[in-house]
Amino acid sequence: MPEFRETTLPNGLRIAAEIDNRGYSAAFGYFVRSGARDEVDHESGLSHFLEHMMFKGTANRSAADVNRELDELGGQGNAYTSEEQTVYYATVLPKFQDRIVDLLSDMMRPSLAEVEFETERDVILEEIAKYEDQPPFGAFERALEVYFGPRGLGRRVLGTSESIETMKCEAMRAYFQRRYRPENMVLAASGNVDFDGLVEQAEKLSADWASTPMPSTPDPDDDKTVPAGISIDRHLEIPDAHQAYLIRMTDGPSAACDDRFATRALAAVVGDEGGSRLFWDLIDTGKAEVATVWPQEFMDTGAWFTYLVCDPADVKSNTKLIEDVIDRVVKDGVQKEELDQAINKATAGCIMQSERPSNRLFGLGSRWLTHREYFSTDDMLDRLKSLDVAAVSAAAKKYCSGESIEILAAKS
Amino acid sequence: MTSNISPTSAIEATTIHVEKLDNGMTVVVQPMPWQRTAAMALSLRGGVSVEDPSKGGLAGMACEMVQRGAGSYSSRDLVAVQDNLGIDRNSGVSTSMTSFSAAMPADSLPQCIAIHADVVRRPHLPSDQLDDARLMSIQELRAMQDEPTHRVMRRLRELHYGENLGRSIFGTESGLTAITPDDVRDYFTDHYHAGESIFSVAGRVEIDQVVTMAKEAFGDWKSLPATELPAVDRKATYEHIESPSSQTHIGFAFPSIPYGDDDYFRMRAGIGILSDGMSSRLFDRVREQRGLCYTVSASCHSLKKAGGVFGYAGTTPERAQETLDVTLGEIARMTEDLQQAELDRWKVRIQSGLIMEQESSASRASSLASDLYQVGRVLTTEELESAIESITLDDIRDHWDKNPPTDYTIVTLGPKALQVKLP
Repeated sequence: MPEFRETTLPNGLRIAAEIDNRGYSAAFGYFVRSGARDEVDHESGLSHFLEHMMFKGTANRSAADVNRELDELGGQGNAYTSEEQTVYYATVLPKFQDRIVDLLSDMMRPSLAEVEFETERDVILEEIAKYEDQPPFGAFERALEVYFGPRGLGRRVLGTSESIETMKCEAMRAYFQRRYRPENMVLAASGNVDFDGLVEQAEKLSADWASTPMPSTPDPDDDKTVPAGISIDRHLEIPDAHQAYLIRMTDGPSAACDDRFATRALAAVVGDEGGSRLFWDLIDTGKAEVATVWPQEFMDTGAWFTYLVCDPADVKSNTKLIEDVIDRVVKDGVQKEELDQAINKATAGCIMQSERPSNRLFGLGSRWLTHREYFSTDDMLDRLKSLDVAAVSAAAKKYCSGESIEILAAKS
Repeated sequence: MTSNISPTSAIEATTIHVEKLDNGMTVVVQPMPWQRTAAMALSLRGGVSVEDPSKGGLAGMACEMVQRGAGSYSSRDLVAVQDNLGIDRNSGVSTSMTSFSAAMPADSLPQCIAIHADVVRRPHLPSDQLDDARLMSIQELRAMQDEPTHRVMRRLRELHYGENLGRSIFGTESGLTAITPDDVRDYFTDHYHAGESIFSVAGRVEIDQVVTMAKEAFGDWKSLPATELPAVDRKATYEHIESPSSQTHIGFAFPSIPYGDDDYFRMRAGIGILSDGMSSRLFDRVREQRGLCYTVSASCHSLKKAGGVFGYAGTTPERAQETLDVTLGEIARMTEDLQQAELDRWKVRIQSGLIMEQESSASRASSLASDLYQVGRVLTTEELESAIESITLDDIRDHWDKNPPTDYTIVTLGPKALQVKLP
C-alpha cells in the first residue's frame, strides 16, 4: 500500500508525498497558488507568462541549462497554469530524485531577465494565436468571462494580445514576489520517493525563500470598465468554421463541497462520452459530434458546463434534445442500473490511473495546496462506492435547473 | 555533464510468449505480474488502404458497425457490460489495420476476450443503424476540417505517401454518403478474419491461460490472405491552403526509412536530436532563441515498407517565412556540429521511457502488436535498450550524410502562401 507523508518547513513550504517504493518512477511537482484569478488588469496573463519565464534561467543556471538538464534526467516534465494555480512537474527514474528536486527548486527562484522576457513575449503571442485557430475558438474563455465577469475566475489564463504586448518585466517581478512565497506553495511527490531525503534537500534549497520583501498590493481594478482586449459578446463569429460550438454554464459545487462526488457521477450518467443519456440520444445517432456535461470545481465556487458541437443547422433541434434529457433527470432522477455502470467504470479508471505515479501527482499536490487534504486511491474508491441514487438525483435537482448563460461560436 | 546511465537493473526479466495459430493469427503474451491490470490489442489486416477510393471511410464505418450489437449483445448491452467490467476500450482504423484495444482490471480479461470475439466474428451489422453510423462519421470528418493542424498534416500525408497509401482514415464526404449496407457486409466478410492478425496481451496474466482463451475465442476463425499495401506514389511539391486563420500552419515531410529497417535507430536518433525534448535543436533554436513559434516539431512515421519524417510549425503570418527557413535550415545542417551530450540526452529519454513503459500494460500490449506487424517479431526491452546504447555520433552522421533530407513535400494553411524553393 502507498504511504502518505507530509510536513511543513519552517519557511512555510509544505511537502506532501504518496510513497510506493515498488514503482519504476517518481513524480515531483511544485504547486503554486498563482493563477489568472490572482491578477489585476495590467497583470492579465502574467501567471502563465511567468510559468514560461520560470524555465528561462536562475542565478545558477542559464535558460539553456534548465532545458538541457530536464532532458538529461530523461524526465517527462512540463508546466501548466490554470485560473487558480501553476504547476511545474517532472517524472523521472528514482535514481534521479536529487537532481530533479535540485533543478525544480532552483527554477522556483528565476532570474526573470529582460532579454529573455522580450523573446518569450513573442512565444506567448504565438500561443494565443494558436488557440484562436483551434476549436472551440475561444468559446470556453468567453463563457468564463461572461459567467464570472472578465476578472477573477473569468480572467483569461493566457491574457490577451493587448495585455501581453504591453506587459512590463517589473510587473512580473512584483507579481512573482507576491505569489511565489513558500506559504503559497506545495512540493508534492508520488511513486518511488525517498521522503526523508526530499525534505532535507528541499529545506536546504528553499532556506532563503521567505526572505524577499512582500511588494505592495496593486490597486484594485475599476469594475465599471472592461479590461483591454476583452469583449463579452455571447456570439463569436468564426468565418470558416464547419461546426457550431455551443457552451452553457450554470452553478456547480466547489472543490470544498461534498456534493462534488455526486455531481461527477451525475455528469457521467448524463454526459459520459461512451454510454450516457446524451451519448445515446445525440452521438450514437450522429446528430452531434459532442454533447456532454461536466462540473468544474474551483476552490470556493463551481460551475456546470453543457457543451454541444454539431452542424450549425442542427443547433436548435439538438439543444432541445439536450434540454429534454436534462429536464427528465431533474424530474425523475437517475436509475440504479445506470449509476452502477458509471460507478463501476469510474472505479476501474481510478485503479488503472493509480498504476502510474505521474497520474497521482496532480490530485495529490493540488488538493494539498488548496485544502490541505489527502485522498488515497482507496479513499476515492470508498467515496465512489458510497454514492447512491438519492444523492445523485438530488444533485440533478440542485445544479441542473438554474438559469444558465450561453455562448455560441459559429459561422453565422 | 551527463551521468553514465545504465538502467538495465530497472528492466524486469519477463518471458514473452509468441505463438502462431493454424489460421494465421499470432498470439503474443507478456506477463507483468507487478501490475494490477491487463491489456489486450487485437489487430486485423485491412484498414483504409483496401477501401475502394469511391467509398472512402468504409473501413471506419465497418469498425463502428461491428460494435452496434454482436453475439448475444445489443449495442447498448455491449457498452453496459464493458463499463461494468471496467474495460477501457478503443477501436479504430489505420492505413493497413483495424484495431481494437482494451485496458482493464486483470480479472475482467476472460470476458473482455470473449466480447471482442463476438464483435469481430459475430456482429449484427444492423442495416437500420447504418445512417446513424454514417452521420457519426460525417461529424468526425467535419470536426477535423475545423482543426487547421490536422488539415495540413492530413494533406501532407496524402502527398507524401500518395493518394492510396496516404488515404485519410476519416474518409470523404462523398465516400461516406455512398456506402451501402452491402458495402459494410462485404468489407466485414473480406477483411475480418484471422489471416495475419495479431492478438497481444500484457499485464497481470498467465501465459497458458491467455493462450487457451485465445484459441477458444479465435482458433476456429476463418483465414484469408491479407491484402498487400499499395505502393508509395509521392509528390515532392508545395501546396498552400488559403484560410483567414490567426497563424500560418506549416507542415513538411521528407522520405525516410520505416521502423524495422537496420538503420532505423540511427535515423531516429538524428531526429531525436532535432526534436525530442526541450533542449532539442528545433525547440531551442526556433522557439527558445528566436521566439518564432509556440509549436515546432519533427518526428518519424512508419508504415510497413515506407516511412517519413513529418514536421509542423505554427506561427503568425508575418513570421512564417522566417520560421520555415530557419526550421529547414536547422534540419539541413543537423550533422554540422553534433555533440555527444545531445546523443546522451536522447538515450536517457528513450531508456527512461522504456523503463516507465513497465508501468503500463496498455502501452506494452500495443508495442508488442506493433513490433510483430512492423518487424515480424517482438523486440524485447533489453534488446531495444542495447540497440539504442550502441549508437554513436558517427552512426548518425554516416546515415544522415548517405540519406540527406531531400524531396520535401510542404503544405501551408493561412492567409498567404510562402516562398518555397523546391529542387
